[in-house]
Amino acid sequence: MASQFSEAPPSLRSGVVRPGFRVDPRLLWAIGIALLLLPLFTAESYRLFQLTLAAIYAIAILGLNLVTGYNGQISLGHGAFYAVGAYVAAIMLDKLSLPWWSTLPAAAVICGIVGWGIGRPALRLGGLYLALTTFSLAVAVPQILKYKGIEDWTGGVQGVLVTKPDAPFGLPLDVDQFLYLVTVGIALGVFVLARNLMASRIGRAMMAIRDHALAAEAMGMDIANLKTATFAVSAMITGLAGALSAIAVEFVSPDSFQATLSITLFVGMVVGGVASIIGPIFGGLFVVFVPNLAEEISKSAPGVIYGCILIAFLFVLPGGVAGLLRRLPALLRRR
Amino acid sequence: MNGFLHQVIAGIATGGIYASVALALVMIYQATHHVNFAQGEMATFSTYIALTLVNAGWPFWLAFLATVAISFCLGVMIERVLMRPVANASVLTHVGVFIGLVLVVSNLTGWVFDYTVKPFPTPFHDGPLLGGLISGHELGSTAVTLVVLGLVFLFFRYTRLGLAMRAAAYNPASARLVGVRVGWMLALGWGLAAAIGAIAGIMVAPVVFLEPNMMLGILLYAFAGALLGGIDNPGGAVIGGFAVGVIENLGGTYIVGTELKLTLALVIIIGVLLVRPAGLFGRVVLSRV
Amino acid sequence: MLLDVRGLKAGYGPTWVLQGIDFAVAEGGVTALLGANGAGKTTTLRAVCGMIRTEGTINLAGRAINGRATEDIVRLGVAHVPDGRGTFMELTVEENMKLGAITRHDKGVAADFERMFELFPRLKQRFRQQAGTLSGGEQQMLAIARALLLRPRLLLMDEPSFGLAPLIVQEIFGIMARVRDEQKVSILLVEQNANLALEIADHAYLLETGRIVVSGPAADIRQDESVRRSYLGY
Repeated sequence: MASQFSEAPPSLRSGVVRPGFRVDPRLLWAIGIALLLLPLFTAESYRLFQLTLAAIYAIAILGLNLVTGYNGQISLGHGAFYAVGAYVAAIMLDKLSLPWWSTLPAAAVICGIVGWGIGRPALRLGGLYLALTTFSLAVAVPQILKYKGIEDWTGGVQGVLVTKPDAPFGLPLDVDQFLYLVTVGIALGVFVLARNLMASRIGRAMMAIRDHALAAEAMGMDIANLKTATFAVSAMITGLAGALSAIAVEFVSPDSFQATLSITLFVGMVVGGVASIIGPIFGGLFVVFVPNLAEEISKSAPGVIYGCILIAFLFVLPGGVAGLLRRLPALLRRR
Repeated sequence: MNGFLHQVIAGIATGGIYASVALALVMIYQATHHVNFAQGEMATFSTYIALTLVNAGWPFWLAFLATVAISFCLGVMIERVLMRPVANASVLTHVGVFIGLVLVVSNLTGWVFDYTVKPFPTPFHDGPLLGGLISGHELGSTAVTLVVLGLVFLFFRYTRLGLAMRAAAYNPASARLVGVRVGWMLALGWGLAAAIGAIAGIMVAPVVFLEPNMMLGILLYAFAGALLGGIDNPGGAVIGGFAVGVIENLGGTYIVGTELKLTLALVIIIGVLLVRPAGLFGRVVLSRV
Repeated sequence: MLLDVRGLKAGYGPTWVLQGIDFAVAEGGVTALLGANGAGKTTTLRAVCGMIRTEGTINLAGRAINGRATEDIVRLGVAHVPDGRGTFMELTVEENMKLGAITRHDKGVAADFERMFELFPRLKQRFRQQAGTLSGGEQQMLAIARALLLRPRLLLMDEPSFGLAPLIVQEIFGIMARVRDEQKVSILLVEQNANLALEIADHAYLLETGRIVVSGPAADIRQDESVRRSYLGY
């Protein structure tokens, strides 16, 4: 009984009620969009490319976070969906000469279907087994991509080269600026959709299944379909990111999609914040910029540092950067 | 026909490696209900230690024993330092720590020992035996594997410590109530698993050559073997490991070709999990839908 | 006093199940802890052998044991027959019994095995069998044998009659009396079947929602009409 009182908000405990601190959400949006547009004018093209990549990774990690963070199905193989998305885009661009924008929905749909196909049998696997199976998938992906039987489409070991699209309608943007704009726009859309999804009844059901599968079932939720659908949506989002990455990097090859890619996405998710919508943004920035910094020490340093940071986060900050930000006001107030 | 027989025998030889790693996985699984994703990387690191000692002029078998001892200590340390603090955390945290361990160990291996592919000496007379049916190394490594597996069996079956370890794995609460130091049993289990992995690494390195990712594929086959035999059954896992070795070799030769060998492991894993999640010899595990 | 407990609070989460209880177990006797479901009997036993969070003092033969690890308390001579019996289902009866003596390095283990066979002849018949295949009564016997093989000074028994047929319960309580007389083991017995417990016990405590409401010699409690009516219900 006593413990309930001690858990009262700090303001109550100290007897001082602080005035509420509110910001108009429209102002926040305006600041955010301005910040996103800023690099267009200030960043040189390589930095812009890195930011584009970070946004792409953020989307991919968001996809992973939906299924692993929010729904509790641990996937260590999301690099596979990223790879499928990338190859779909590359093949459509290079072999079929289709317009670049058409590759994005196509990649999303195809990855959604693949995700459904994998998510269905994955239902029968408990947390650990799913992790193990998806990890195996991640390890096997490059080999499957190199397979001679599909070489005409995938280009085998050589991979496929593509080119970045020019800005349409004579917009005064170079290819990097245009791609940055497209990517950030898509990312914004995906993140808003994901936030709305998680705030909805379906989102709550997803989390209920993660936390109390039996209770969720007892309340009449269709666990099997919901979990499979979550897997499919997750694969869609990650596949979309993969398609964008093919365009941004202008190249796909089996060796770009090794098991480390899946692990990178996983690390980004943990560092950004498991089961957080804004977390993947930090995760995306982390996986792009931290290895660059670390690589100056040694070629292997990024991996070692990645591993150490991952473990450190799990030990000290299991909520990731997003969790830290959420707790920050409370921490400051305690001072 | 002779070719087929040779493939079977070669499959048994590599199967022994998978069986060892599968056994290491199962030992940790039984005690903690977690699969150590870093088992392969730890074994690779150990193999590099062995190579360093051999290159420093140590006799092979002395280097072998020293490596096994060092690996045992490293395994114990990893459990104490990394796994103990998260013992009661969620599956996601565990998987995360294992992945962190994979990253650290594999990249540390590359950092310390560099990424070039290195030949590894075999202690056995390496020539064809029995009219080319089996190579000296295959025969020797299979023998070593069988001896190790036998020793592990005897240890668990007939020693006090082995009994205490099994008790701690099956029923930690009851084990504490008879005075077993469960925490230390887990650490010992990790040490043993690391030692067994090291032996597997040393035995397979002369065949596949030594490089930082040497064990990645092997870990996959070991997963497949452990699942095939039953992830909670050490004996089953060993049989599963041998079976996967043979399946891999025959499948690689006659069906899918060597390029898709890893995919074969994936297919076995998925197949077992879908058709018979408990494995051939395992107790039925729960599967929630 | 072999076991002396003062102001014991214990619980699983943020709240205490035991609200600060005092009790003691005399050397060489049977002390019974009675009470309804949820009164805190099992919690008390778990607290004594360090399985849960506690506050207060627990002295075993004058030595403070609270806050120590379960393994260490067990090694000081506290054996626990837990609720649910704690059988190692996957192991054989033999291995279960060996585990009981796993902390011992003296020569008397073999002789103690023989004594257990004498007390529980069925365990001898089932010696090589997997413990998971035993009946409930046999598992209870195995649990008691496992605990006795530690050669404990204090034996904690959690509802040994639970879920067993009356004949088997009689047998087990008969053995308990023998053990107390022959082996100089002090027993702290938790029972819902108060009638049965008061027959064998010297001293008894009655727990209600985490507090001791009645204590005294077992014979007195058995005689006390009002206690029987209001707490024991027979």
